[in-house]
Amino acid sequence: MSSAPDLTMDDGAVGSLHPRGAWTVANVEILERLCAGIQPRLAHGIRKIDLSGITALDTVGAWLIEKLARGGPAQTTEAEITGLSASYSGLIGEVRKLNRRPPAPARRTNALADLLERVGRGVIAESMVFLDMLGSVGIALFRTLRHPRSFRFTSTVYQLGQVGWRAIPIMALITFLIGAIIAQQGIFHFRKFGADSYVVDMVGILVLRELGVLIVAIMVAGRSGSAYTAEIGSMKMREEIDALTTMGLDPVEVLILPRVLALVIALPILTFLGSMAALYGGGLVTWLYGGMGPAIFIARLHEAVSINSFEVGMIKAPFMALVIGLIAASEGLRVKGSAESLGQQTTSSVVKSIFLVIVLDGLFAVFFASIGM
Amino acid sequence: MAEERIAIHVQDLIVGFGRKIVLDHLSLDVRQGEILGLVGASGGGKSVLMRTIIGLLPKRGGIIELAENGGKSGVLFQQGALFSALNARQNVQFPLREAAHLSPSLLDEIANAKLEMVGLTVDDGNKFPSELSGGMVKRVALARALALDPALLFLDEPTSGLDPIAAGEFDSLIKTLQRTLGFTVFMVTHDLNTLYAVCDRVAALADGKIAALGPLKSVLESDHPWVRAYFHGARAQMLHLNA
Repeated sequence: MSSAPDLTMDDGAVGSLHPRGAWTVANVEILERLCAGIQPRLAHGIRKIDLSGITALDTVGAWLIEKLARGGPAQTTEAEITGLSASYSGLIGEVRKLNRRPPAPARRTNALADLLERVGRGVIAESMVFLDMLGSVGIALFRTLRHPRSFRFTSTVYQLGQVGWRAIPIMALITFLIGAIIAQQGIFHFRKFGADSYVVDMVGILVLRELGVLIVAIMVAGRSGSAYTAEIGSMKMREEIDALTTMGLDPVEVLILPRVLALVIALPILTFLGSMAALYGGGLVTWLYGGMGPAIFIARLHEAVSINSFEVGMIKAPFMALVIGLIAASEGLRVKGSAESLGQQTTSSVVKSIFLVIVLDGLFAVFFASIGM
Repeated sequence: MAEERIAIHVQDLIVGFGRKIVLDHLSLDVRQGEILGLVGASGGGKSVLMRTIIGLLPKRGGIIELAENGGKSGVLFQQGALFSALNARQNVQFPLREAAHLSPSLLDEIANAKLEMVGLTVDDGNKFPSELSGGMVKRVALARALALDPALLFLDEPTSGLDPIAAGEFDSLIKTLQRTLGFTVFMVTHDLNTLYAVCDRVAALADGKIAALGPLKSVLESDHPWVRAYFHGARAQMLHLNA
């Protein structure tokens, strides 16, 4: 049946090639080696390729022969292809027409410059998207303040229920556990140098200033931010957003403002409840594991934390909510037609909002340190 | 004509789901190098027949024999079934990559050649399926189906979802490629225009059997009630008038 392929060359006055055997994709490794092997001997160009010895041919084989016929850049006239059997003439004829257009000039690229360019463009594009959404929500808010009757009160309350009320159990549980774990670790390590009582200071300051708001914000980004992106994204996919626009309604005002406002209201409340749960968890552990009674714990806490610590934590909450809401909404609006893109945008919504929440927390830390809070 | 070689031989094929028998002792021969169009009622088992021949569905009984020349076949699915994570060129390269070890440059050249064969440009190769129009998706899917130079090509509703111009262009593309490359085509279609323009023979599937088989002209003269209704209904009449 299909014999092993071969390629020989006549070194006569008329340089001619004689491919033989099965020139098919199954033998492509041998074929590529044959073609590469004969390449140096083609310096003077060839005139003829005789296909009478071919027993099987497919597009890959035909293309390799066509490449030989076209020769290198030095060759001016293309070789003639002879000895075609009727069954392969169509294929060869088709291949002769292909890949004629010179390839687009390859852009000289430097991998490092490319990377820097992509990162730079990415950062600018992302910042623009975020600022764009901030501006749209700001305008919608301003318009709503001027015409309070256009405010979507029902929608806002519904969203508040979704992201606030229904989130309380899981937030309280997580922060309770975090508070308990910090207290346990503190007692375990501080005990070595007899400083167990400072555990109360550590738990109090850490929870009120940083951890309470941070844990709650990250949980909200994962729980509610992703839900916002998926909701808005699937509305975008099913052209519901376009339908709203054609009815003369602003999708930002109808869909996004209530959601962002609900988050801005819910996150400080959740932060407060979360901080209390964390302190409760910490107190429970210092009592049961550290042997310090509740009365002493509260007395020490009273000394250790000031109202400042509490304020620092609470002030951050609405800003983090704003970031989470804006990222979630803008990622939702970037969803395109496919289900895959919905998944991608939801992932990127959660990743970006968690990242920005942490960056924001760092900026606040610098700010509060410089004003002495 | 004396000795026609058979590309697909189907005899007494039985296929069913649960208690429902979809194909009931169906027999059909597809000749090598022809374009056979299969018509039938929606839900009547056209796709079931095709998927059983390809091997995607199990049969309950009967014989299916494919000609042995290489045994390769290409399939063009109704929605294209392009891999959404790969761009058009990578989609075409995928079967080649799995079949043999080609050098990257040759792989690119072959994929570009295939894309050009189906009327696309090299630049289209960089696009992802989500960025392609319906007609282009079908063309890339055709290029992928042809990647390994199959002797046998299965097409499932190749022109569905295309506008009449794009459908006409796709019809003539299939016809041209089939003439030059000489493969056999087994096509499921609802498009009467495709049947007129492209198919050498038409098989009509009704009640789980082939009710009529032959050149379109002879099928049109069939007495089978469903075949008459199909080709002489109001929508079909419009085409007769225009033709």
